[in-house]
Amino acid sequence: MSSPRALRNVHRFAVFTACCTFLLLIAGALVTSNDAGLSVPDWPLSYGSLLPPMVGGIFYEHGHRMIATLVGTLSIVLALWLWRVESRRWVRWLGVVALGAVIAQGILGGLTVLFFLPPPISAAHATLAQLFFCTVLSIALFTSAWWEQERPLVADSGRPSIHALAVATASATLLQLMLGAAFRHKAFGIIPHLMGAVLVTGLIFWLAGLLRRRFANVPVLRNSARLLHALIGLQLLLGAGAWWSRVYAAQFPQPIPVMVALTVIHTVTGALVLATTVLVTLACYRLARPSGVSVRAFARSAGASAGHSQHQGAL
Amino acid sequence: MMKAKPVVLIAVAIGFAVGMISCGGSSSTTSEQPSAGAPAAGGGTAVDSNTAGSVTGTIKLDGTPPKMKVINMAAEPVCAKAHTTPAMTQDVVPGDGGTLQNVIVYLKGDFSQYKIDVPTTPVEIDQKGCQYEPHVLALMTNQPLQVVNSDMTTHNIHPVPKNNREWNESQPPGSQPINQTFAREEIAIPVKCNVHPWMKAYIGVVGSPYFQVTGKDGSFELKNVPPGTYTVEAWHESLGTQDQMVTIGPKESKAVTITFKAAATSD
Repeated sequence: MSSPRALRNVHRFAVFTACCTFLLLIAGALVTSNDAGLSVPDWPLSYGSLLPPMVGGIFYEHGHRMIATLVGTLSIVLALWLWRVESRRWVRWLGVVALGAVIAQGILGGLTVLFFLPPPISAAHATLAQLFFCTVLSIALFTSAWWEQERPLVADSGRPSIHALAVATASATLLQLMLGAAFRHKAFGIIPHLMGAVLVTGLIFWLAGLLRRRFANVPVLRNSARLLHALIGLQLLLGAGAWWSRVYAAQFPQPIPVMVALTVIHTVTGALVLATTVLVTLACYRLARPSGVSVRAFARSAGASAGHSQHQGAL
Repeated sequence: MMKAKPVVLIAVAIGFAVGMISCGGSSSTTSEQPSAGAPAAGGGTAVDSNTAGSVTGTIKLDGTPPKMKVINMAAEPVCAKAHTTPAMTQDVVPGDGGTLQNVIVYLKGDFSQYKIDVPTTPVEIDQKGCQYEPHVLALMTNQPLQVVNSDMTTHNIHPVPKNNREWNESQPPGSQPINQTFAREEIAIPVKCNVHPWMKAYIGVVGSPYFQVTGKDGSFELKNVPPGTYTVEAWHESLGTQDQMVTIGPKESKAVTITFKAAATSD
């Protein structure tokens, strides 16, 4: 069995990888908002080299590729490190899944360049970025001391079950991000994304309400409700701002800073909303059990490994 | 013992896929080479100069043209230094005496019975001061387009056609001109540079030799037109299209005036 220090360090590395992935999401959003997606016509090299002149759109596009290379490298290290120190087989394989996702992301990115930004490929690239981010965050959560702590599970006796509602909310949020990506990459118009916003807002309010009412004595879940409220409120305002800025910016010959800022912040806040719904879902599975299910059976299915030594982590 | 085999196998498989894709794809596929002096679509006889006429005219602008916007080139110092006065957009460029520049005027009609040679002289577009010169140009299908970079910075030239093959090529400073052709008629193909997003141009690809882009005086002259009934179509990048029917008799010259409204956006 690996030492607590090794487990603590792999957790920290996972958190670091997640932070770098968030930076990569920002870099990717900057490419799209600055219309720089094809400023580097070749792939995988950039103007035939590893370091082209970083001017204009090339700064955003190649900068994005450089951060992606870093995240890819971190993913390789994370997958190998997990395979070495992690006793839970499913967590090791999750590291492999994350690695596969980031490699697929690189290929999708190459395809967008070589085939001139076909909307389905561009939207898929944007969506997989979000899924990869959630996967790395999940690894960070699973390798944290918090996840491994022994604690009594709280019964969830309401209907719908908090697990079902959390899964539905995370799924709807993912769909909403896909609709946003499809709009941003010109696959179709804004209406589906607006309709998705209504659905996601409703589900998040419902989920947050149930978390506060049913789990008022569970700080993580109670505080998650507040975070969900804050994020969805912010995201709705940012969405309105991003739309206004796009309309306003249409009269200018190039992307303007206010439009770039609002659309990028809206995009990455969407990533945070999705990540939060995913982490809340995982927390619900870790902390609450449907009434009628035995504690032991549920704890095993939630993935905490009995006897895994405690270690301190960033969570 | 670390079971690394699955990780290694997956990495090798994906690396192979990446290699195949990167070797197989390219920033521009094989360009459609111009056919030197080759005829355009249709065979038939040459246009009889004894009966050919002409269409002349003026493109006018009715109303106050919108103010052009200043282009902020601060992101690229090489571009900013190239302009002693601020560079402006070129969406609507008035000509002299209430006329309109940068309008592609061309004849729509059936020319399939005539033998028409495709010019071999390339039409040049230059990247100068991080703007395209000219802003609007026209050429025949399969006529060579030559792209020149006179700037001391890197550009990528990226036409975004609907009816033709899309391509995107980089052009560092001092590099050789890029030669391309367009095989199908399309009025007009937007051209952009993703390195410098304010750069815009339009290329009209016409299937016949009867076209012209208006200059400062807003005038056009389409010569050697065989007798017949045609549509004179005028295309502008933001004011849309306008057209007029015209019938040309033997050796006849007809004058046409087409007016765009300054506030209009499309037909």
